Amino acid sequence: MTVMIDTGNYIAAKAAVMARPDVVAAYPITPQTTLVEGIANYVKTGEFKGDYICVESEHSAMSACIGASAAGVRTFTGTSSHGLLLMHEMLHWAALARLPIVMCNINRVVGPGWNIWTDENDPISQRDTGWIQFYCSSNQEIFDTVIQSFKLAENEKVLLPVMINYNAFILSHTSMPVYIPEQREVDDFLQKYKPQWKLDVNNPITFGNIILPADYEKIRKDMQNSQENAKKLIPEIAKEWKKKFGRYHGDLIEEYKCDGADHILLAMGAIGSESKVSINNLRKEGLKIGLARVRTFRPFPNEEILKLGKQADLIVIDRNISIGSEGALFSEVKASLYGKSDTKVHGFIAGLGGKDVTYNDIETICRKVVEGKAKDCEWYGFEGSGK
Amino acid sequence: MKKYDVVTTISYPKKGAMGKTGSWRVFRPILDKTKCVKCLRCWIYCPEGTVIRNKDDTVDIDYEYCKGCGICANVCKVKAITMEREAMKK
Repeated sequence: MTVMIDTGNYIAAKAAVMARPDVVAAYPITPQTTLVEGIANYVKTGEFKGDYICVESEHSAMSACIGASAAGVRTFTGTSSHGLLLMHEMLHWAALARLPIVMCNINRVVGPGWNIWTDENDPISQRDTGWIQFYCSSNQEIFDTVIQSFKLAENEKVLLPVMINYNAFILSHTSMPVYIPEQREVDDFLQKYKPQWKLDVNNPITFGNIILPADYEKIRKDMQNSQENAKKLIPEIAKEWKKKFGRYHGDLIEEYKCDGADHILLAMGAIGSESKVSINNLRKEGLKIGLARVRTFRPFPNEEILKLGKQADLIVIDRNISIGSEGALFSEVKASLYGKSDTKVHGFIAGLGGKDVTYNDIETICRKVVEGKAKDCEWYGFEGSGK
Repeated sequence: MKKYDVVTTISYPKKGAMGKTGSWRVFRPILDKTKCVKCLRCWIYCPEGTVIRNKDDTVDIDYEYCKGCGICANVCKVKAITMEREAMKK
């Protein structure tokens, strides 16, 4: 094992190459660019032995990954924001065709106005494509999750693509020390991908042909079953990783100081790790508060959240907004509790457009709720006209 | 048929997988064998493989699967194939 001090993107590139994909097809977009540059550099050094396909757009990148994965090989890509949105049609295709593609998506604002900083509206807008979605909060978690995601995606009870999300610049361009295992240890954890079927000229099959309504319904139901299977497998794979490498970032959620808490904060991505500082400070002040960092948005941790909702009031911070409704995490947390717990849930929209959300901000949010001054749903620190 | 752990859309090649596609036809190719010069352009160009090549290089049309696209009539250099509207059945 070695320690590598590098940015989230270069760490993701290292992880992707150590998973030994046969095909990487990608198109550069800020802030993902250094991820694919990193992989291109491993082509030069000879560490990446697969095929690197340079394409003319993200729609083509995902299409090339679909073709490669359908041909039965391990496939990786990365994108961001508008790139992810251009892939939208093919994201559905990859999931419905049950292709275990792994992709990093570096969370960036959607324009206009043109803005390269972070928020999470890009992956939230792809929520219903059938992809499993992870949200990482450190470079170490990015490395570990990329390797684990191949194992999850390729499991015969899952066979769904996985999207690993992390915040633009806060993680993608910030260096942190990361433990890198030996290649043989990764090979031992992640065996070669053995597809159940593949495109093969000697055994011709057609993918994605016409089917009738009753059969189509079976496909959707099976995807739902597989997401449910992933709920069980994510903790198993995390446990195996912990046993082998000694590191653990949580299952579907990561609980932090939730014991005896009467308020629990829920957040995703980098705000999730920043919150740990806030929780430590608020605990010192005597507040009984804990953190549940949501690691997977799909599958959604309904059971875990219900358990927390029976114990404490919940505070949800969303770095996204479903326009015309509310924060996506806020909505889904409440849906998990419906009819089973009448605990209070407060939602905050914060950090849109890449606005900083510091531990001071998070403490202010938590105090406001604990003191009973928070509305059901509000925009934290809004600097607009006041309308 | 091989069973998989998940449900997805895969089809294996077989004759008439989509049923008797000849029922889709609006225009029917009629071959005048007295004009045919056995050039086999219709056999080469038919996208559905429904022009049957006989041993002596004469051709027949498989009306069970011919969709009536008219490509054979279009490529025929001696106008031995004409497209005629399917008769309405009484």
